[in-house]
Amino acid sequence: MLRWSLYAILILFALFYLMPLFVMVTTSLKSLEEIRTGSLLALPRALTFQPWIEAWSSTCAGTQCQGLRPFFWNSVLMAVPAVVISTAIGALNGYVFAQWRFPGANLFFAAILFGCFIPFQVVLMPMARMLGLLGLAGTIPGLILVHVIYGIGFTTLFFRNYYVTIPQELVRAAKVDGAGFFRIFVAIFLPLSLPIVTVSVIWQFTQIWNDFLFGVSFSGPGSQPVTVALNNIVNSTTGVKAYNVDMAAAIIAALPTLLVYVVAGKYFIRGLTAGSVKG
Amino acid sequence: MEWLERNMPKLVLAPSFVAILIFVYGFIGWTAWVSLTRSRLMPRYEIDGFGQYARLFASPRWDVAMNNLFIFGGLFIAISMLIGLMLAIFLDQKIRAEGVLRTIYLYPMALSLIVTGTAWKWILNPGLGIQEMVRGWGFQNFSFDWLIRPEMAIYTIVIAAVWQASGFVMALFLAGLRSVDTEIIRAAQVDGIPTRRIYTAIIIPTMAPIFLSAFIVLAHLAIKAFDLVIALTNGGPGYATDLPATYMYAMAFSRGDLGQAAASAMIMMMVIFAIVVPYLYSELRPRREN
Repeated sequence: MLRWSLYAILILFALFYLMPLFVMVTTSLKSLEEIRTGSLLALPRALTFQPWIEAWSSTCAGTQCQGLRPFFWNSVLMAVPAVVISTAIGALNGYVFAQWRFPGANLFFAAILFGCFIPFQVVLMPMARMLGLLGLAGTIPGLILVHVIYGIGFTTLFFRNYYVTIPQELVRAAKVDGAGFFRIFVAIFLPLSLPIVTVSVIWQFTQIWNDFLFGVSFSGPGSQPVTVALNNIVNSTTGVKAYNVDMAAAIIAALPTLLVYVVAGKYFIRGLTAGSVKG
Repeated sequence: MEWLERNMPKLVLAPSFVAILIFVYGFIGWTAWVSLTRSRLMPRYEIDGFGQYARLFASPRWDVAMNNLFIFGGLFIAISMLIGLMLAIFLDQKIRAEGVLRTIYLYPMALSLIVTGTAWKWILNPGLGIQEMVRGWGFQNFSFDWLIRPEMAIYTIVIAAVWQASGFVMALFLAGLRSVDTEIIRAAQVDGIPTRRIYTAIIIPTMAPIFLSAFIVLAHLAIKAFDLVIALTNGGPGYATDLPATYMYAMAFSRGDLGQAAASAMIMMMVIFAIVVPYLYSELRPRREN
């Protein structure tokens, strides 16, 4: 009896978590007519993929009516380099902090960590001016710069916590053999790094793909990421509200990170918890 | 050459050091400075005192934003912790299909808050969403129009935010439950102590650090909440669902009031630091002793 109610509660919660996804998918496959006359949870009577086609290639985000496609590619062009660069920097930083301590390193590490916690509102305005000065305002390279800088803290933390578990004797032995700083990194640390690189890449990709604040603050008409475009599509006030197109657009914007979660959920969770639990 | 090799660790860190110095600490300094000036559309650099903060605290809109932060933050943290702990304890009872359930509970965390806001905006829409559905079942008087009622709209943000983050709290707590020493639990079971007592007297108290971590993460999410509000209510109706983050954004980018934006950003930072600094301090100290 107790066992049954346990399962009942767990399944009820599972339905609660699944409901929005279910509603999004079914709504995106209905015609507007069916949405007006049918019920929220009803399955589509006549499947239509038209909303998906519109969401991808013709719906209007603000004044541009090219669908999500160009913005989706903006996000890809922004996220891929930003993830690669911030992970590479984090790996080198973490290697230094874990294995090449020098006086003052702890203080600097604390300063980086501290930077992870600031609300980004406090750097928004000077960043906008800095991007203007650098000639990067409203560009994808500008967004990449922003994501790399504010991602270094987390990637450094990941790699530092991972590399401290590698025994220092290994480094000392390599030094005796005459290996230098980069030699040791490439020959000893890189081959061991696959798990933490995966965590860092997934964490950074999710953060950057899902970002809205930096995107809406620093992007121009040609460089808006997909989250900003999605918000513009959904909150546009002109014309008849095409809820089915909105839902298709939302799923398209969510697809890359959902895919990452389904394929590499274990590492996704590790990334989430590494940021919050003592490493 | 030898000098280069000896100083390589410092040289590798140097670019990050410069970047953090400028883009984190320099920028905080800039914002702090501007918050003490009479900057409007353009920044001005003559220090004027705490006038912006006085204006901020006299502003009814900021008042709403701070009130909302306490309502939203308080409920969001409390409900997420409660649901997270409950689900974790239930899942810990040798449940079949635990992996599937865990995956379902946690996937919202992989979504952008803009997507979450879009989905819930549709579900909570009184004309077509839950309200209309329940009415369609024959309950014609059923009403669920919080999204468009100024005094209730903030609670719709709590619903969506809890949906997004409670699975993550579950994952944290579940990891914590699994790390409790099984020897102690087995000893307690042998002594015939009932399961409920084992949880309340042994397991949950040893998880105190995880409660703290979960609290910090959730508080941090609450104070930074911006995307969700923009997508779900856009701060409305009126400015009924404004939070400090949306207030700051409005002042900086649509109202052209840089001084107010800077002052509100500084207050946000102080609220976060009041929570995070003691935590970071306690986390980092034992490490230094090692």
